Amino acid sequence: MTATPLRGEGALPAVLRHLRAAPPPGFTERVLARLGLPSEEDEFVRLDGPAGPVFVAFNAQGISHVLAAQVVDGDVARFEALHRLRFGRPARPAARPPAGLTAALRAGRARELRYDLRGLSDFEQAVLRKACDIPRGELRPYAWLAREIGRPRAVRAVGSALGHNPVPVLIPCHRVVRTDGHIGEYVFGSSMKRALLGAEAVDVAEIERLAYSGVRLIGSESTRIFCFPTCRRSARLTGPRRVPFRSAGQAVNAGYRPCPACRPHTQLSA
Amino acid sequence: MVDSAEQLAAHAADDLDAAFGHIVTTLGPAVYTTALRVGLQPADADDLAAETFARAYKALGGYPPERIRALRLRPWLITITLNLWRNQLRDASRRPALLSLDLGATALADPVGDPEQAALDRHGAGQVAAFLAVLPESQRVPIVLRHVVGLSYAEISTVLGCPVGTVKSHVSRGLAALRAQLRPGEEAM
Repeated sequence: MTATPLRGEGALPAVLRHLRAAPPPGFTERVLARLGLPSEEDEFVRLDGPAGPVFVAFNAQGISHVLAAQVVDGDVARFEALHRLRFGRPARPAARPPAGLTAALRAGRARELRYDLRGLSDFEQAVLRKACDIPRGELRPYAWLAREIGRPRAVRAVGSALGHNPVPVLIPCHRVVRTDGHIGEYVFGSSMKRALLGAEAVDVAEIERLAYSGVRLIGSESTRIFCFPTCRRSARLTGPRRVPFRSAGQAVNAGYRPCPACRPHTQLSA
Repeated sequence: MVDSAEQLAAHAADDLDAAFGHIVTTLGPAVYTTALRVGLQPADADDLAAETFARAYKALGGYPPERIRALRLRPWLITITLNLWRNQLRDASRRPALLSLDLGATALADPVGDPEQAALDRHGAGQVAAFLAVLPESQRVPIVLRHVVGLSYAEISTVLGCPVGTVKSHVSRGLAALRAQLRPGEEAM
């Protein structure tokens, strides 16, 4: 066979990298079987989520994986392949969902469910568990999460951790937005994020409008308390009693104090 | 999302049986790639990889947790693979096969942006694998560990039990030999 000239001196290491190979499918199961260790397997169901159908996988430890069905065009085999690739164990169809899952999806309140978050670092798990505290229909910025878990400087790491969320929709990373107020990124794409928020009656257009005009916080003229715009306290305010602020510093200087429910203190260090 | 090697070792130190499936899934490719690219047929590489993990499990069962926690799992497993391989060669008294290199072995390479370069890489990969198999072992093994599997020079030095400088010179001589094979008539680098 004739030698194909390789383009450039750097090509050889790159070509050598292409020689990486994976063992045939079933390798892990065979090794575990040989050692008498139990083979792990998840089960999964397909359910209606707030913004379209979702595949949800689970095991004895809890819910391990949520995927918007549209990501795989609703194809069960593709979901199974994706699940196996991501978690290194298979998933097979379940007869019924685990207790509480259907209700949690409907209500948008999934704190009571158990999750299998093994494989995530302690930091990532802390981020996701804190995200569970964000009420349905409300938003918080990445910086709020960072501060709440005691890592105020780790804002980018928080964003990264949310990007690794294996159970979106249930653990509501869709309720976390950019510190400047813009809606930001999402594991299933920003239109899915908007759809999920819309399903929770978040006025996405209004949020974007506030962000563009630099308004990050809303104060109540009567109570002198300031909140994130989606906090249920401030969301009810209308007209002149609704005071916009660009920063917590500005609000504090105007004699307002932070809402104890939504805790917008993060903005103080901004 | 895959566990880092440190997380795997920590998990294994706490609960070996619970962690071992993850260890096999995460480090299986590195072990299998080593076995395949030092010159085994895919079926033999599969057996060697499985044997590696079986030996590893037995060894880990006897280690105290602190020792497991401190383990560098990937180089440790590859050391076992290479030892098993050399034992096999010695027992069988045969040279590594260079017949029908299996390009059907699942490729894990990151997709290359340029489709033409990608096609070149695929064809080039077949020839590179062929010439790699006939390099002397002293060059072939370090090249596989460094450029195929991706170990650091420090890790390779530990695995092979020779100084980093020696590893580097074997790698560079091996790469030069490969380039010379792939471009007949041109001056070797």
